[in-house]
Amino acid sequence: MAAPEYRIPGQATASPEPAEVAPAAVDQPSLGNARTVAQVLAESQVESVFEELDRDLVGLVPVKQRIRDIAALLVIDKLRMNVGLAAETPSLHMSFTGNPGTGKTTVALRMAEILHRLGYVRKGHLVAVTRDDLVGQYIGHTAPKTKEVLKKAMGGVLFIDEAYYLYRPENERDYGQEAIEILLQVMENQRDDLVVILAGYKDRMDTFFKSNPGMSSRIAHHLDFPDYSVDELHRIAERMLAQRHYRFGDGAAEVFHRYLERRIEQPHFANARSVRNALDRARLRQASRLFAAPDRELDREDLTTLLPQDLLASRVFAEGSKH
Amino acid sequence: MMTNPVGRITQGQFSFLPDLNDAEISAQIQYGLDKGYSWSVEYTDDPHPRNTFWEMFGMPMFDLRDAAGILMEVNNCRKTFPRHYIRLVAFDATRSIESIAMNFIVNRPENEPGFGLLRQESDGRNMRYTVRSYAGDKPEGERY
Ligand SMILES: Nc1ncnc2c1ncn2[C@@H]1O[C@H](COP(=O)(O)OP(=O)(O)OP(=O)(O)O)[C@@H](O)[C@H]1O
Repeated sequence: MAAPEYRIPGQATASPEPAEVAPAAVDQPSLGNARTVAQVLAESQVESVFEELDRDLVGLVPVKQRIRDIAALLVIDKLRMNVGLAAETPSLHMSFTGNPGTGKTTVALRMAEILHRLGYVRKGHLVAVTRDDLVGQYIGHTAPKTKEVLKKAMGGVLFIDEAYYLYRPENERDYGQEAIEILLQVMENQRDDLVVILAGYKDRMDTFFKSNPGMSSRIAHHLDFPDYSVDELHRIAERMLAQRHYRFGDGAAEVFHRYLERRIEQPHFANARSVRNALDRARLRQASRLFAAPDRELDREDLTTLLPQDLLASRVFAEGSKH
Repeated sequence: MMTNPVGRITQGQFSFLPDLNDAEISAQIQYGLDKGYSWSVEYTDDPHPRNTFWEMFGMPMFDLRDAAGILMEVNNCRKTFPRHYIRLVAFDATRSIESIAMNFIVNRPENEPGFGLLRQESDGRNMRYTVRSYAGDKPEGERY
């Protein structure tokens, strides 16, 4: 390719070698000069994300600790880079394992924010997908689909929920394998551009990693999300209610506690999500209760209070009394 | 005197400059993304100035946040058509603008023989002119 031999008038005849144009640097905090941990923390404002994490999420102590550990590692790496040590981007791909509703998606969002503030991803958005978004229906359909998703996730975090469905050992021609291969390639070659978080049940994830050693070796951090205790679920419920301007009326909190103790034993219990669904149904019953008395004047108190009967009508109590 | 001393096709932005490298291309893409444009990749081996419709390499890319995703598609296209012309086109979908906002070449063949001017004598002393690409005689796919 012949480069032109002339110059635009007024342009300096500098060497055509470009000054390092970092497309990244646009909306990132400038951490390049930091020399102390405090400077990195101050400039990246990553502390405020930790505070949000502590404030908004009940329990999850081991997860929060791991996130702080990872962040500490990243901060120190940043400082090392600033004095010219290790230049390579560390592998940041992670796996989040735990039962449904234990806050994996919520934590992944915060993780994306932390990585963004520390300058490890350029944009910090989260793209959440499942098998259906990556794997196609027929030959030649999978690669474009996977690439489409990857392109959208560039500069941010790709969150793959129930990642083990990508791999179907019972069908050796399953298109999922193709998606895995494309993912692996990008996870290896474009570490600066994208962080992948795989999520799902712990045991199935372990099997998935065992049969996909390539995937396993590219995951740097494994975070396990414990189930919530009844007390934690109760605190989560109170927080959710407060957010929506509701509260438990006289005796309702105790009823809800008993509800949780029963519900937790039953199948399809999805931790915080079940709590949210239970509260949604209680709101529904409260609304019907108020609706049934059309002439009553409703004050703030009435409109915000959930009564024991709104909770006691639940199927969970009905089944319990049969035994 | 040669009319085109550099023997390069000059279409779109930056075409009088040395070829942009990938970092510079990314910076341009990011500029467009930040303005809300959608990028698409197009290629052709018939770069006649009147050929405004190049082939689309995949769909236009909506909802992307970062230049790396678009550069990935450019590199895919380069791998598939290493000796074609490839350009990046940014579409501004703002109501009442709805047109191309940026457009520049990101890949070109090694050899660009250029265009010849054909003259046709017609009625009286009239002269008709047209340009013909030297490479355009060969069938599609073998031109460069
Ligand atoms: N510790 C917590 N404190 C407060 N709210 C929580 C907590 N954990 C989860 N939640 C809430 O529970 C809901 C479900 O959480 P989330 O979607 O993150 O779960 P998940 O583990 O990703 O589930 P799945 O893998 O099934 O999608 C969200 O609305 C979230 O706000």
